[in-house]
Amino acid sequence: MEILVCVKRVPDTAENEFELNSAGNDLDRDDLVYSVNEWDNYAVEEAIQIVDNVGGSVTVVTVGDDESEEVLRREMAMGANNGVLLSDDAFEGSDGKGIAAILKAEIEKGRYDLILTGAQADEGAGQVGGMLAAMLDYPYASLVNKIEAVDDATIKVGREIEGGNQEMNEIQLPCVLSIQTGINEPRYVGIRGIRKVASVDIPVKGAGDLGIDAATVGDAGAKTKRVDYFVPDLGEGAEMLEGSTDEIIEKLIEKLKAKGGL
Amino acid sequence: MSSIIGPASFEFFGIFPAAILSFILPVVGVGLFAYIMARRLAPLVRAAPDYRLDHIGRRIQKLIVIWLGQIRQPRYMLAGVLHIVIFAGFLILSIRSVSLVVIGLSDGFVMPGFGGWPGVVYNILKDYAATFVLIACIIAGIRRGVFKPARYAVPEKYGKDHTAEAVFVLGIIATLMISESLFEASELAYALKETGDAHFVAPLTLVWFFKILLSGASFDFLQGLHIFSYFLHDVTFFFFLCFLPLGKHFHVITSFFNVFFMRLDKGKIKPVRHGVTAEQLDDLESFGVKKLEDFTWKHMLDFYSCADCGRCSDQCPANAVGRPLSPRFISIKARDLMFKNYPLSGEIYKSKMLVEDIYTEDEIWSCTTCGACEEECPLAIEYIDKMVDLRRGMVDEGMVPQSLQKPLKALEKRGNPYGKMEKKRADWALEKEFKAAYTIKDLGKDAADTLYFVDSITSYDDNIQEIARHTAVILQQAGVDFGILGKEEKDSGNEVLRFGEEMLYQDLKEQNTQAILDTGVKQIVTADPHAYNALKNDYTGLPPVRHISQVVAEKITSGALSLKPCLDPDKVYVYHDPCYLGRHNGVYDDPRQALDAIEGLTRVEMEKSRDRSFCCGGGGLMLFYEPEEDTRMGVLRVNMAAEAGANVIVTACPFCLVNIQDAIKVAGKEGEMEALDFTELIVRHLR
Repeated sequence: MEILVCVKRVPDTAENEFELNSAGNDLDRDDLVYSVNEWDNYAVEEAIQIVDNVGGSVTVVTVGDDESEEVLRREMAMGANNGVLLSDDAFEGSDGKGIAAILKAEIEKGRYDLILTGAQADEGAGQVGGMLAAMLDYPYASLVNKIEAVDDATIKVGREIEGGNQEMNEIQLPCVLSIQTGINEPRYVGIRGIRKVASVDIPVKGAGDLGIDAATVGDAGAKTKRVDYFVPDLGEGAEMLEGSTDEIIEKLIEKLKAKGGL
Repeated sequence: MSSIIGPASFEFFGIFPAAILSFILPVVGVGLFAYIMARRLAPLVRAAPDYRLDHIGRRIQKLIVIWLGQIRQPRYMLAGVLHIVIFAGFLILSIRSVSLVVIGLSDGFVMPGFGGWPGVVYNILKDYAATFVLIACIIAGIRRGVFKPARYAVPEKYGKDHTAEAVFVLGIIATLMISESLFEASELAYALKETGDAHFVAPLTLVWFFKILLSGASFDFLQGLHIFSYFLHDVTFFFFLCFLPLGKHFHVITSFFNVFFMRLDKGKIKPVRHGVTAEQLDDLESFGVKKLEDFTWKHMLDFYSCADCGRCSDQCPANAVGRPLSPRFISIKARDLMFKNYPLSGEIYKSKMLVEDIYTEDEIWSCTTCGACEEECPLAIEYIDKMVDLRRGMVDEGMVPQSLQKPLKALEKRGNPYGKMEKKRADWALEKEFKAAYTIKDLGKDAADTLYFVDSITSYDDNIQEIARHTAVILQQAGVDFGILGKEEKDSGNEVLRFGEEMLYQDLKEQNTQAILDTGVKQIVTADPHAYNALKNDYTGLPPVRHISQVVAEKITSGALSLKPCLDPDKVYVYHDPCYLGRHNGVYDDPRQALDAIEGLTRVEMEKSRDRSFCCGGGGLMLFYEPEEDTRMGVLRVNMAAEAGANVIVTACPFCLVNIQDAIKVAGKEGEMEALDFTELIVRHLR
């Protein structure tokens, strides 16, 4: 099975303390460390496991700048066979639809049976997978937590439904799936693994290579624009406890006692 | 001399010379033994290299103390004494056994140098040896067969019980002792009966008893018994020789070599592959132990040498809390596999991934590398290096539990397992009261004589930051000119190395080494035994490293520090030895000496202390690992302290403090017991 996994380089939530920048329209990105979007990592692990079982190859693709190459290498160290970096100044500032359009152009250049994306990334919109499926006119399943290969033309996918119920669907290939965390246990990638793939060639493709009209993507083509980014003001009845962990706990207990909660 | 016919001249049924049998038995026995040994050596030849011919002097010393002196045996008193008796008996009787083989070909043969009075002395010695060995075998047999001490039990998942083999071998040894004594006693009884020549026999020995017992026997009976006991001894002897390499009694042969080639440097981890430098690591195809042949030949020799005594597992904290690890079976399972894959005849089988085939991932991650097993093993079998090698293999294959992946990634990106910002590494010094009284030099900007290496947990954990401030206060008071690396400091990587992430460890080591050498400090002090161990033993080319307890002990002696009388004289204190301070680095006395310098402080010892200290649960990455276990190591440790009558547990390691503090809560002993870091106790008592 030929599988393409779309990945994204995002600020690592576990290793950062987020603060807003001075302009107030984004995070202060000076001191951030980045890694591959967690959901995408599960998707790549799932793709590798499928290929281990039924054969084929895994390609990872990302839309981003030069630095995004590091996440492709990390996923290749995991076991993905190929990586493709879609990078062009014209792609900068793309909204979800723009990203989906760029990915679609690349996907149409190859022959993939299965396209995986993470369920969502750092911005939490969770829109690229669905848009991509629509643009490709492929069937789509979101929040997938189980994949079973059936034959060359169909697979079975499971989805967790609210309330802890599980649903199983048959879906025809080719299709697009957005992958939920917990579908597997992604393997560890150490520095040694990354060094082993350090010199593997990763092709970089721009708007021209993909045959994309630069005006339809990036800032120019974006139909949604972020206009503000802030921490909400404290509302009525909300209070932030400050101090060390011990002090916070002490204050919390005091408050609970005072209000009769304890 | 008597006219009993010896085996060399005896003829069965008057025609068949017994000497032919006495010739065939050793030839067949030795030949078979040589063949078995050659097959047993086959895996060692294919194993990874290991350099064990350095420090010959120290190796001979270990041989004298651990092998010949059996120094570790009495740690388990009854079993130990029994073993010493049997071991000493074997050494003494080995000469007799060899001369007996020759006696079968030449009557009355005497080993060169054993004629005259040395022979008389030796005879007395060997008669007592045989007697004591027999007594020891009987006691050991009753102990193994009837009382069955718990530590020999084999849990179902690890295979069949080994009692039968143990008792069988005791039977063989007893047969050797009895037949040897009968051989001699029958000859003496014959002589006495014939000539009235009462040869001197050491009283109360087996020979002495048998001689009395046989005093009424006929000449024919004595002659028959003489020859029968000779061949019984000969057959048993060569059977035993060939039986040894087939099971746990292989140690009778391998122990000498295993102790000679033992690991000499505590606290150090073996390189990924001997002969491959850190710079050449990138060229290696594979890392660590994945298959049987990836073990070094010494580690294979360890497997052969395991006597299945169970002392390692009896001391293992992971085993004690029900984690799926029992060091004894790390050895036994590997030996079983070696026997299976390298059979005595026929083709050699290809080995599979060890973690899957004989080990499980959780089994290998369960080890805290505390070193209790290695400290105990009478055969000097090593475990930590094997665990690290197996983990290196798992890391290379991506088999790392999710709970460890996060901190490892954080270490890669931020140099600490918590994923906290580098620039906040020195935030512990910004606490209001502390900042008002003390200024900590940043060695990136200012120079100082001494570096205080803080390490990650002390830098970032809200509660543990106190240790950093206390350490700084002590150093200041003691007049030490010191500073810190601040954001240039990375995790020491003690556990990164021990959890098998070699390349990440190499990165951390390089960054720290560079940062430390750039400061030009003359010495390094740390309050974290894990950092102490890494900088002292794993890193190279650094100035001398000391733990804060060593500094305190020295400054008390020199008078630079003086302590007030105990503020809580009603409390009972106990010192818990951190593994990486005690067992791995031998620092037992300095912290105790400092505690004892506080006048009026009542200090007790736990039964498990010093080199038998019981791990609190492990430090570094072990804090993140989520093991399967029935209880926590810390809880058992807190109970041990309570049993010792203590209500304050003093430790000298940030991880011990975290684990023991948590364990006090889990054990429901809050209010009764408290955990205190060494530095806090000292600061409270500073004058």
